[in-house]
Parts: sequence; C-alpha cells; structure tokens
Amino acid sequence: MVNVPAIEKHIEVTGLRLSYGMKEVLHGISFDIRRHEILGVIGPAQSGKTSLLRCINRTIEFTPGTHVSGTITVDGEDVRKVRDVYALRRKIGMVAPLPVGLPLSIRENVALAPRSAGLTRKGDLDAIVEQCLRQAALWDEVKDRLDSLGTKLSGGQQQRLTIARALSHQPEILCLDEFSIAIDPVTTMRIEEVLKELRHHMTIILVTNLTQQARRLADRTMFLWKGEIVELDTTDVIFSAKPTDPRTRDYVEGVFG
Amino acid sequence: MNASTGHAMFGETPPVRRKLRQEALAQWVFGAMAAAMIVPLLLIVGYLVVRAAPSLNLEFLLEVPKRGMTEGGIWPAFVGTLYLVFLSLAFSAPIGILAAVYLNEYARDNWFNRVINLAVINLAGVPSIVHALFGLGAFVYAARFGYSIISASLTLAIMTLPVIIAATREALASVPRSFREACWNVGATRWQTIWAVVLPNSISGILTGIILEVSRAAGETAPVMFTGVVFFKAVERGDLFPYYLNEQCMALSMHLYTISTQVPGVKESIPFATAIVLLALVLMVNAAAISLRVYLRSRKKW
Repeated sequence: MVNVPAIEKHIEVTGLRLSYGMKEVLHGISFDIRRHEILGVIGPAQSGKTSLLRCINRTIEFTPGTHVSGTITVDGEDVRKVRDVYALRRKIGMVAPLPVGLPLSIRENVALAPRSAGLTRKGDLDAIVEQCLRQAALWDEVKDRLDSLGTKLSGGQQQRLTIARALSHQPEILCLDEFSIAIDPVTTMRIEEVLKELRHHMTIILVTNLTQQARRLADRTMFLWKGEIVELDTTDVIFSAKPTDPRTRDYVEGVFG
Repeated sequence: MNASTGHAMFGETPPVRRKLRQEALAQWVFGAMAAAMIVPLLLIVGYLVVRAAPSLNLEFLLEVPKRGMTEGGIWPAFVGTLYLVFLSLAFSAPIGILAAVYLNEYARDNWFNRVINLAVINLAGVPSIVHALFGLGAFVYAARFGYSIISASLTLAIMTLPVIIAATREALASVPRSFREACWNVGATRWQTIWAVVLPNSISGILTGIILEVSRAAGETAPVMFTGVVFFKAVERGDLFPYYLNEQCMALSMHLYTISTQVPGVKESIPFATAIVLLALVLMVNAAAISLRVYLRSRKKW
C-alpha cells in the first residue's frame, strides 16, 4: 500500500463535484496537496472554498440535500470509503471563519477531542491541553484560568482557542477557513507566526480572502473561482506579474472579486 | 420647533404632527389591550378568594371530606392530583425528551420522519375528551390496567407528550449550529456532541416545558374521569401515601366538578376553596418554572 508518490501527495482530489440540491457549486475539480506544504486557496465568496474543506473531512454530510461525486484520498485512502469517519476527522484539524468557543471551560474546549477519542486519564489530557494551548500561542494568557468559560474570552483569544482545539487531536492536516476575518491584525500576525512553526509538522490548507496572507505563507496557491480551479501554481508564480491565467492577475491585483 | 431658529430640518410640520399623533394613539390602544389581560385574572382570583374565605385554612387542605362530602377538606383529592401529575410526567418526560432529541438531532428529512412530525402536531390537537376515550379503551380495557392511577397517568402522559416534544425541540434548536459543527470537526459523534454541548445548554428550556405541562395535567378533568379518578375514596387525614397505583384515586379537578354539581347541600365556600387550591398549585408550579428559567438563564454561557 505504501508507495513513494502516495507519500508525496498527502491529499489527492480527482474530479470532485458537489451540488446542494439542484445547484452545483464544485464543477469537477482535480488537484493534489503535498505533505508538509502550505496550500493557499484564494477566491471570492461563493467560489466553493468552504465546501471543498467540508468535503475533505466529510462534514458536508451534515448538510441535507448534498451530492458529492469524484474522489478525495487522504494518505491514499478514499475518504468516502473510510469506515471510521471520526478517525478521519481527527486526522484533519478544522478552523472555522468565526471563532467558536464552546460553552465549556477552556480546558474542556481543548480536551473535548481527545476525550471523544477515548482518552480519559487526567494527566494525559492536561498534557495535551497545555501543549495545544502553547502551540496556539494562548497558554500564557489563560494558564491561570483554565476552568473559566471559553466563551468569555475575547474574539482573538477564542480564535486561538479554536486553533488549539483543532490541534488537540494531533491532526496531520490543518484546514484554516478564513481564520482572520473576525480578529484584529495583531492577533492575525501572531497566528501566522504559529502557522510558520506548525508547517514543519503538518500539511496546512489555508483558505483565505486576504490574497496577501496567501502570499506571505503559502508554498503553492490555488485560485478557485465559481467552483473551478482557475490556476494552481507556486505562490511566486501566482503573485508574479505573469501568472498563466489573466484572471488570476486581475483577482490578485483586486480588479474583480 | 421653530423654523426661525435654524433647525427647520427637524421642525414639526403637519405631516410630522400627524405621525406623532398616530404613534401616541397606537401605543395607547395596544397598551390598553395588554393591560386588559390583568383584569380577568384579578377578577377570577379576587372573586374566588372572597367566596372561599370561610374555608381557607391549613385544616381544609389536610382534612378529608366529611358528611357525604358536604363538609371537611380535600386531602384525598390533593394527594391524588399529585400522584397523577408526577406519574404521568415520569412516563412522558423521558419519552418526550428522547423523541425530541431524535427528531432534532438525528432525523433526516425523509417521509418517515415527516410522518412522525405530523403525528406529533396532530396529537397536540386532539381534544382531551378523545384522549379520555382512547385511554379507556387502551389502558383500562385492552392493557387490563383497570380503572386505576396507572391508566389515568398514562392517558395524561399521552396528552402531554406532544407539548413536551415541541418544547424540547425548540430548546435544542436554540443551541447554535456552529457549536455542533465545532464538535463534529474534532471527530465527536453525534451523541458525544449532544451529551457534551447540546443538552447542557438546552436543559433550561426543556425543564421549563416539562414543568408547564404539570399545570395542564393537574387541571384536566376528562382524561382522568374516564380512566381512574373516582367520586370518593376513604383516606386517612394527612396520609402522604394513601393509594396503590392499581387503585382509583380522587383528584382536585374531578372533586371540584362533583361538589359543585353532583352533591346537594355542600357548604358554600368549599367549592371555591377547592378552586383556590387547584389554582394555587398550578400558579406555584408555573412560578417554579419561571424562577428555574431565570436561574438557568443567568448561568447562560454565551
């Protein structure tokens, strides 16, 4: 089962189509994501960026009336044939656009995932909580009040808590869906520093509506528009004066979108 | 006000004055209608208290009816009502909550679940006398529970079930979807999500819905009259456990009906005092529901 190209390609998407009822939002896209790269995904609203992420961890199934065709493989395994979908989701950390502090204590916000996976020893859980909060650059601010409510934190702190939660199940892939739209620039830069650190340990999919953010962080960038890939290339090429597709330059330079 | 002051833009022109008049009138009319709600309640309570005054004391509550129910108290009926209410909720609350969790959290939109939804809605619209007949046929005869507290409670349970389901669903639906998605994203199952996040944050709404059904179960006469409540039952004064569950019992609503219409020569204040006890029981339960809601809301976590 283990062959060399499969290690190179961490996620492989082939002919992915997704429709909500009658409306098709992804029109058969194919691309792959390499291990330990940061893939930037840019594109205007309604171009299918979030839907793509939800197909990868199969939370798309919670939306009624969706139809998916094509294949997505993670580590060579077709996600739609995975028996233990919960293990698949633990392999993938997901950070939503708006920070979601669950109405639990800060500690339990982070311990939720390992607990769901069956870990119960308090020592182990505490170690994970500390490690993830440190990774998300939140530990120093909350270490003295781990038992207060996660929902009482500020927006930027909650977003870092969300990232800590996404890291708590030790994912190999981290998906960030426009993580910076609800937080201030300073926090955004702190999280970007965190991502630069994390890229050594995991594959990161960075969906962003800030093209400059993709430029700062991504190894390769994909321009998704109206459910189709306009261009996927190294970030240098996408943001150069001459990307392959003129629409890419127009979007990056803010002519439309 | 005055154009000459230089604030003509915000001055009162005739159309503005007309608008303000309409606004004042609307507020007055709507306010009066809302205030009118208080009047019937005050009249009912006031009238009852005045007429019941001679019998209103603790003795009346604890004493058993005497001299062919023309004198004495209402203890057997009071305890009977408590029996019926608690037993019926013991049946309907667990079933209702679990059914609502299924319908709100698990059920997909298919014909089977649409049929269930339709059934719940229609069950809520069935008149209580029809529930009574159903209870008579199903529990008293078919299930051979006889005329008993069990039969009456089950009948009340079926009557209260749809409202408990509706209240629970509403409470569950008020938990934001983003909380569920956050849990699913970290690999929690639906049940883990429900247990860790959804139920703890909807429990206040669920409890309120259940407690409000207490007052309905306590007040209904028809369903219990057909299935397990009797005219008279001899009970010790102040006895907390006077009934076996396979026996018939007395109940406040039924007792009020019989002493008002069926028994000649009842002391005049007794029916009114009985009504006061029934009303107080219901209002106290409602007050408990409201304070519980206020308390749990104050601990709201987002």
